[in-house]
Amino acid sequence: MDLSEALLASLLEARKLCVAYGGVKAVKRVDLDVNAGELVCLIGANGAGKTSLLKSLCGMVPASGGTVHFRGASLTHKPSHEIVRHGIALVPEGRGVFSRMTVKENLEMGAHIRHDRAAIASDLDSVFTRFPRLKERAAQKAGTLSGGEQQMLAIGRALMSRPQLLLLDEPSMGLAPLMVQKIFETIREISQQGVTILLVEQNAKLALEVSHRGYVMESGEVTLADEARALASNPEVRRAYLGE
Amino acid sequence: MLLGVLLAALPFLVDAGLGRTWVRILDFTLLYMMLALGLNIVVGYAGLLDLGYIAFYAVGAYLYALLASPQFGLHLPFWLLLPLGALVAGLFGMLLGAPTLRLRGDYLAIVTLGFGEIVRIFMNNLNAPVNITNGPQGISLIDPISIAGVSLGQTHTFAGIEFSSAHSYYYLFLALTLLVMFVSMRLQDSRIGRAWAAIREDETAAEAMGINTRNVKLLAFAMGASFGGVSGGLFAGFQGFISPESFNLLESIMILCMIVLGGMGNIAGVLLGAFLLTVLPEALRSIGDFQRWYFNRIIVDPADLRMLLFGLALVLMMLFRPQGMIPSAQRRREFKHDDAPQEPAPLYDQQK
Repeated sequence: MDLSEALLASLLEARKLCVAYGGVKAVKRVDLDVNAGELVCLIGANGAGKTSLLKSLCGMVPASGGTVHFRGASLTHKPSHEIVRHGIALVPEGRGVFSRMTVKENLEMGAHIRHDRAAIASDLDSVFTRFPRLKERAAQKAGTLSGGEQQMLAIGRALMSRPQLLLLDEPSMGLAPLMVQKIFETIREISQQGVTILLVEQNAKLALEVSHRGYVMESGEVTLADEARALASNPEVRRAYLGE
Repeated sequence: MLLGVLLAALPFLVDAGLGRTWVRILDFTLLYMMLALGLNIVVGYAGLLDLGYIAFYAVGAYLYALLASPQFGLHLPFWLLLPLGALVAGLFGMLLGAPTLRLRGDYLAIVTLGFGEIVRIFMNNLNAPVNITNGPQGISLIDPISIAGVSLGQTHTFAGIEFSSAHSYYYLFLALTLLVMFVSMRLQDSRIGRAWAAIREDETAAEAMGINTRNVKLLAFAMGASFGGVSGGLFAGFQGFISPESFNLLESIMILCMIVLGGMGNIAGVLLGAFLLTVLPEALRSIGDFQRWYFNRIIVDPADLRMLLFGLALVLMMLFRPQGMIPSAQRRREFKHDDAPQEPAPLYDQQK
């Protein structure tokens, strides 16, 4: 797939974004763009600052410097509950399902910011169509689901807010290889249906396979940014992240 | 319907069967039910462990006492003091909530515990240099609650039936308890109720759902506190005397025990817990009389025995029915599936 950047409207634009915890700089002057319709991945080793960057994009940790714009509006220093209303949904690391609520209640929580009941009901149906497993378990409490099912639930829940940009934080974490495969197929499908996605992932191989573009992060800095295919054949990336 | 008749007739039945003291105990039961329902909003709904809840009861009680007693010569009417008590206690709730927003679990519990003690110690020491609260002596001669010119402190005869003060208070407290119950039920099913549940489950995810966790948590503190403030005002008017001693840590723990014992988050459970923990200790007083009658002397001090049995009951309860007597639907589910796959550890917090 050839997505030329110039033709696409820029959806998310981070410039010189910094995140610091106390004196420790976790993210250092990162520039990152996500264009409408793209699936962009952010890969890198544990502790490279990927999650910090993502959390700062959705307002959960404050940026210590730099700016974030989404569809032209500034999101810098906005609290997360406002950022959600701009159309950015996060699937948190470790899934974060409401384990004592039922599957259906979880999905309804995803639509918390919406008030259009009829549309919410139809979106609930489409999540159930996408994930038949969730429909089977609609009345079951989320904590009793398997890891993969919980990941599906977390993704479904995020989709319930009708996001323009979906942020996925380590969706493959702690899942069996078969399930990882399945989750990535789902991510590709959602992307093909027109949802823009920013994917943070340690499994670089799969992430680059499904993405259009990719960023490589190393100790808080973006060291490489390119088309996903180019990154996948980059000898440096192959050695450091693809185990060759 | 039948329940309504029973509730209406209850003080007369109790009066005839057990005596006037027990009507007063019934009144206290209703006060504790209101308190427990208030704390249930903070702990049961929003999952914020508050060990200083009695402070709001104290705030409500002192507000009423200061504005309706010879202390300052003020005698404001009840209809004004009731909402004022709710409002001021609610503000104190936010005062406690604001600095503790970032704290979770045990840390929050410790701060709230400190807050409860600070309020009590303030009441104890605000008699110098300017005497406001009368210190440890407390405030006495507090105006009884009076509605539309009818003082509940006196005995009234209405339609040939004699209503003692304890009876009149019963009906007032019953009406307000029902109101608090109704508000609690509506809150639970509301948007805010669901937001509280989400925060209780996973605060990070709740934030990601677009919930303004700060405001929603503050609201839980304020709502719970205002219920406590109302009960405090009622307590002051009913009792006619208050002192800082009534608002110690043990009282906070007691109210927490009520909701844990009855079933956290479940209104019926909370009411049952409040009922049992108010009535049982009183009933156990009669053990002293029993000993005197059976052994002709008191072998074990009933006060000691009461605490012993109370402790034993709590231990047994936690061992055999930790979800409470009438658990909420969610807690019931939680305790049923112990072998179910558990949530992975919250990785977000580790990175902070």
